[in-house]
Amino acid sequence: MSTHVTTRPGAYADSVRLLQVSRTVQGVPGVATAQVAMATPLNVEVLEGMGFALPDGSGPNDMVVAIRLEDGAADGTLGEALAAVDEALAARAESGPSEEAAPRTAGAALRRSTDAGALVLVSVPGANALAEAMDALDADHDVMIFSDNVPLDQEVALKRTATERGLLVMGPDCGTAVVGGVGLGFANATTPGPVGIVAASGTGCQQLLCLLDHAGVGVGSALGVGGRDLSATVRGASTREALRRLDADPAVELVVMVSKPPADEVAAELREYAAGLGTPVEFALLGPGQPDLTAATETVLRRLGRDVPRWPVQGEVAAGEGHLLRGLFVGGTLCDESMLIASEALGPIRSNIPLADGLGLGADLDAALAVDAHTMVDFGDDALTAGRAHPMIDPTLRLEQLARAADDPRTGVILIDVVLGHGAEQDPAAALAPVVAGARPPVVACVVGTVADPQDRRRQVAALAEAGAEVHLSNAAATRRAVELVGGSR
Amino acid sequence: MTTAPTSVITVGAAMFGDAVAAQAVPVTSVDWRPPMPGTEADLATVLADPLRRDANARALAALLGVQASLVDVALASELLGLEPGQFLHAGPPITWDRASGPLRGALMGGAALEGLVEDPEDAVALFESGTSVSLDPCHHHGTVGPMAGVVTPSMWMFVLEDPATGRRTHCSLNEGLGKVLRYGAYGPEVLTRLRWMRDVLGPLLQTAVRATVTSAGPVDVTGILTQMLQMGDEAHNRNRAGTLMLMRDLAPAMVESGADAADVAESLRFVGGNDHFFLNLAMPACKLALDAARDIDGSTMVVAMARNGTDFGIQVSGTGDEWFTGPAQLADGLFLGSYGPDDANPDIGDSAITETAGIGGFAMATAPAIVRLVGGTVPDALATTRRMHEITLGENPRWSVPVLEFQGTPSGIDVSRVCRTGILPQINTGMAGRQAGVGQVGAGLVTPPAEIFPAALAALAGRTRARG
Repeated sequence: MSTHVTTRPGAYADSVRLLQVSRTVQGVPGVATAQVAMATPLNVEVLEGMGFALPDGSGPNDMVVAIRLEDGAADGTLGEALAAVDEALAARAESGPSEEAAPRTAGAALRRSTDAGALVLVSVPGANALAEAMDALDADHDVMIFSDNVPLDQEVALKRTATERGLLVMGPDCGTAVVGGVGLGFANATTPGPVGIVAASGTGCQQLLCLLDHAGVGVGSALGVGGRDLSATVRGASTREALRRLDADPAVELVVMVSKPPADEVAAELREYAAGLGTPVEFALLGPGQPDLTAATETVLRRLGRDVPRWPVQGEVAAGEGHLLRGLFVGGTLCDESMLIASEALGPIRSNIPLADGLGLGADLDAALAVDAHTMVDFGDDALTAGRAHPMIDPTLRLEQLARAADDPRTGVILIDVVLGHGAEQDPAAALAPVVAGARPPVVACVVGTVADPQDRRRQVAALAEAGAEVHLSNAAATRRAVELVGGSR
Repeated sequence: MTTAPTSVITVGAAMFGDAVAAQAVPVTSVDWRPPMPGTEADLATVLADPLRRDANARALAALLGVQASLVDVALASELLGLEPGQFLHAGPPITWDRASGPLRGALMGGAALEGLVEDPEDAVALFESGTSVSLDPCHHHGTVGPMAGVVTPSMWMFVLEDPATGRRTHCSLNEGLGKVLRYGAYGPEVLTRLRWMRDVLGPLLQTAVRATVTSAGPVDVTGILTQMLQMGDEAHNRNRAGTLMLMRDLAPAMVESGADAADVAESLRFVGGNDHFFLNLAMPACKLALDAARDIDGSTMVVAMARNGTDFGIQVSGTGDEWFTGPAQLADGLFLGSYGPDDANPDIGDSAITETAGIGGFAMATAPAIVRLVGGTVPDALATTRRMHEITLGENPRWSVPVLEFQGTPSGIDVSRVCRTGILPQINTGMAGRQAGVGQVGAGLVTPPAEIFPAALAALAGRTRARG
């Protein structure tokens, strides 16, 4: 082993830097050990303890470079080690102060933001949604929760907190909202106007938005409250806050409440609350014996003194040979509405979101398609979206099942919905058209969208009609047409 | 009202943010990741606890509201009622059989200092039998101790007081670096220094502090911390400016004490030559502030992080005195002389109380001079302090970081945020030798064992559920 000790009088670096330099040099192949240090008494002791002899006269203002090479170290190792000392001493970090990393929680984002008007949009998995949503409420901000599969008790806890603080929780499972003209989630692009919507249903809200848009009536705000808000457990906590806000907005002339029929006691409370508001509230409650969404829209138009237009249809199909209606939906409310309408003419419809006990299909889609009965499947249901994206984003699952239904000789008509808007798949018709074109049975589609949507309703409708589908704007009209095609017309 | 949001913060699917941005509304995207495994249900329970928000606001306000003053220096026997044979140590409770090398070494040296044994080596039998000695955590006695944190009756202690409540905390006097008791060394030079501190430095500091309190009022330790954080100290591994400011405040009274001039000069030389002298004031100041935040039902704020060389433990405001412990980790950093990772003992000391209060590693951005100590760069230091804001409840308006536009230090570690982000508190630390008697072998960065945070969260959730 050879040992080399040199001093560099007047050279200085702080002790921490020198520790780092020492470590760098120790890493040079062939170096047994090395120490670069100012020759302070403490360091002299350390160096001597390591077996290095220092030249006489070394003082605290001298830098000592002490290197011991391994036996048999290659020629030139010392030179490399000394070069490493110089390089390490000269090294400087190349970059300046770093960019700030993105916040890791909604709470951290809100703390950095100074915007009191910020809204938080949560779309993490349902089991994690409460944490992010609670961050918003803790910082006194409204929150929209797109996530589904949020446990019911967590929804209750969030809404109880929001109520205490005068905040609005839109959702969970809120797919669509328009807040002051800004579309969130799967909202359609519409112009602001005199109607305010409170929606316990995302696609129901979208159907209303698009029908009103076609009739030339704008919507200023559409506040989603989540599908369970009007249950006996949640008791309309968000609905009340949404109604309160729309009532306070002078631009809103008429409020429309879109929902499945609420639990009885909640319905009574809600009607009482609405009666106390200054703005009239029209209830569009989708249920047995209730008007469908298109009929409700027509009522709204009449209350506003507007004309009711003819709802557009493009393409026309003829009846096929099969006898079963197969509905494949991405919109839960659209599926509900179709079942309500179809069951009046065809009798009970089997579904994964059945209207009545005993009609359930379970989550096994293959079994669902094998059933010798009229079926309607909601691919957006929680059970089918756990661990995967919503079918309005990822159409794969529905496309697979659509192809199977199209090949099944028993299928008499296929009914599908295509829901456009911000956040939805960029060109759903492109993927659907080949399946539609190859389908043996007739395909009736409802395209829920506006011409201002990123996907452009006209382009989507044209593509589907060209592939052979009959395309409606009204889901109710599409359903009635499908029923007619399997001979259910009366 | 239903006015349009002026900005949208998206957590989750990026496309929703894109759709909002396309409508000319500013969007901030959160870099969300799943929480620590198995914490989802407990997180929901704790975050939905109606007590939590206010409890945490109170805990943070309590932490930030304390102004710590140095009011006295006195013997541990008088202050804490310690009797010969009673030993305090750093970290959560531990017994001799599980104690690490440096803690054993410090206990052995402490036994010799107290005259229980002549030769420190003889103390091993004393501690193994356990009949005439007892071990107790500093934290259980209003005290904190750096590294091994061993306190014996004849050691002099700083006394810090919260003038608003009269509450007090204590810490021993710092011995310097290298071969010192707190790093587990117990050789003759260690005991000689401790005896000099007992016989000369301690009495002189007591006289000087008492005289200063009388003439100028208590020394404002929190105020010195405020200043030193703007002078390149993070108050854990760098205390240079703080030490000199303390000397500035005490030197006149030391000179006027009437003590032998040579003793005064030696004491000033000792304090001025020990860049860590102020650490033993920073630590009890942090404990004094954090103790004010203890025992608030529903609060998820960490009020102590401490290590005994074997276990790393935390205490949380909402779970009383319970310790949540896991194995202490090895620091990553630089080594003195020819020491290497094999020579280092796992993390030890109560000094992580500084990080718990929002300084030390949490204020790394303000101490660029020592970033290389931990093998880092200046951008790493800025990123570290910013990252700690992810897991803390708020900022300390008193302790600000100039290079981050005077942003307050990240304060009040939130168990729930640690579990949500998986970001662990960053601690700057010294490294003790694994073998008793070795002393310091290096310094670096370390984090707590991750599992103690889910454990604390589960306890918080249990209490929430029990409250109904």
